[in-house]
Amino acid sequence: MCLAVPGQVVEVEGDDPAFLRGRVDFSGVRREVSFAFTPEAQPGDYVLVHAGFALTVVDQEEALLTLEELRRLGEAVEASPETAEEAPAP
Amino acid sequence: MKLVDEYRDSDVVARLSAGIRRTATRPWTLMEICGGQTHSIVKNGLEALLPPGIELVHGPGCPVCVTPAELIDAAVALAARPEVIFTSYGDMLRVPGSRGRAEGPAALLDARAAGADVRVVYSALDAVQIAAANPGRQVVFFAVGFETTAPGHALAVVQAEALELENFSILVAHVLVPPAIDALLGSPECRVQALLAPGHVCTIEGSAEYARLSARWKVPIVVTGFEPVDLMEGILMAVRQLEAGQARLENQYSRAVRADGNAAARAAVDRVFEVTDRPWRGLGLIANSGLALREAYRRFDAVARFGAGPEPVQDDGACISGLILQGLKKPRECPAFATLCTPEQPLGAPMVSSEGACAAYYHYGRKV
Repeated sequence: MCLAVPGQVVEVEGDDPAFLRGRVDFSGVRREVSFAFTPEAQPGDYVLVHAGFALTVVDQEEALLTLEELRRLGEAVEASPETAEEAPAP
Repeated sequence: MKLVDEYRDSDVVARLSAGIRRTATRPWTLMEICGGQTHSIVKNGLEALLPPGIELVHGPGCPVCVTPAELIDAAVALAARPEVIFTSYGDMLRVPGSRGRAEGPAALLDARAAGADVRVVYSALDAVQIAAANPGRQVVFFAVGFETTAPGHALAVVQAEALELENFSILVAHVLVPPAIDALLGSPECRVQALLAPGHVCTIEGSAEYARLSARWKVPIVVTGFEPVDLMEGILMAVRQLEAGQARLENQYSRAVRADGNAAARAAVDRVFEVTDRPWRGLGLIANSGLALREAYRRFDAVARFGAGPEPVQDDGACISGLILQGLKKPRECPAFATLCTPEQPLGAPMVSSEGACAAYYHYGRKV
């Protein structure tokens, strides 16, 4: 029920915040989406869309940073003498 | 798909799996709250990537599963009225109410087969448009969901008001996550030691309430996303806290969740809805755990409009969904699982909903 899918904002239009609408591209499939809760979204941004509403603008810098850290996970741990002394996993 | 594929990277998942194995020195029991997370865990076989002592139990975060049988009965009764176009998300259609099929339509799908005008919508705003296009009919929308879905339903009511639609109403079945977590962690039977909090609920609500829950019950809570990398990282963060004897709030899903959530969405909810006590199917009445329309918007309440309120009913005894939703039993521990109870002939809602724990085990996890 609470699934939300990331897509890229194509355009946003409208003046009345309650009726702010736009189009979002999901890997080539475009859907009309309400931007009532994310009026700050700009074309090119990624938004999480749930049941026809853009709920949040995805922080791409934060996303990249997290992924970069995760891709290095294990290497740092393996190189650290402190963790080398840890007991092996059960 | 960008921002999806990266979080399904099997190399990163393997690194996280190794990290959890290195970190865990003893058994721990974690609960993921959201049914979407349960689905992703079972579908992607993540439990097999955890060391034997790390157990995941599945929480009550499936709105379809916890919608009381009497509200399904009320929905079926409303749908049967000739003037009504009943609109709903697709996953509510097969959920049985309290009646056996011999007594008449049990689920909305049965009502549709019997001639009712039941339509599946993708968004609550689609239901508003159906109302605008059909001034001679009454359009009822089944407003089911958690905090993630409530803002859209609030906006549908705001739009109906702005468009002066006299033929739009909603049947409200809204529930809130924190009161259910509070009830769960406060139960003497509770064996959950850490929680993965529902990422998309927190895009709206922020994380402050979960920080309070973490402090109150002294359990680590990690706001977590939905892809395999998200879930494995959330588990690793929770296990690190458990091993270090910590209990605080962390945010794994920082690309989507800000501490203060989405103020515009919450303002829409506050304008239209107020907090109320709600019964949860399988769990019973939980104080302040749901939403109802405020007095100023009560004319959009389908129960008020049609005078067809839900009547309390007794639930079927064979289904142990209450124990499943509290994480006290796994679907395979139910004697009816995959025998008397299947997605085609469900005894309870967790077998119907695509996010119900029973359906997830039935579709993906039967051999695990």
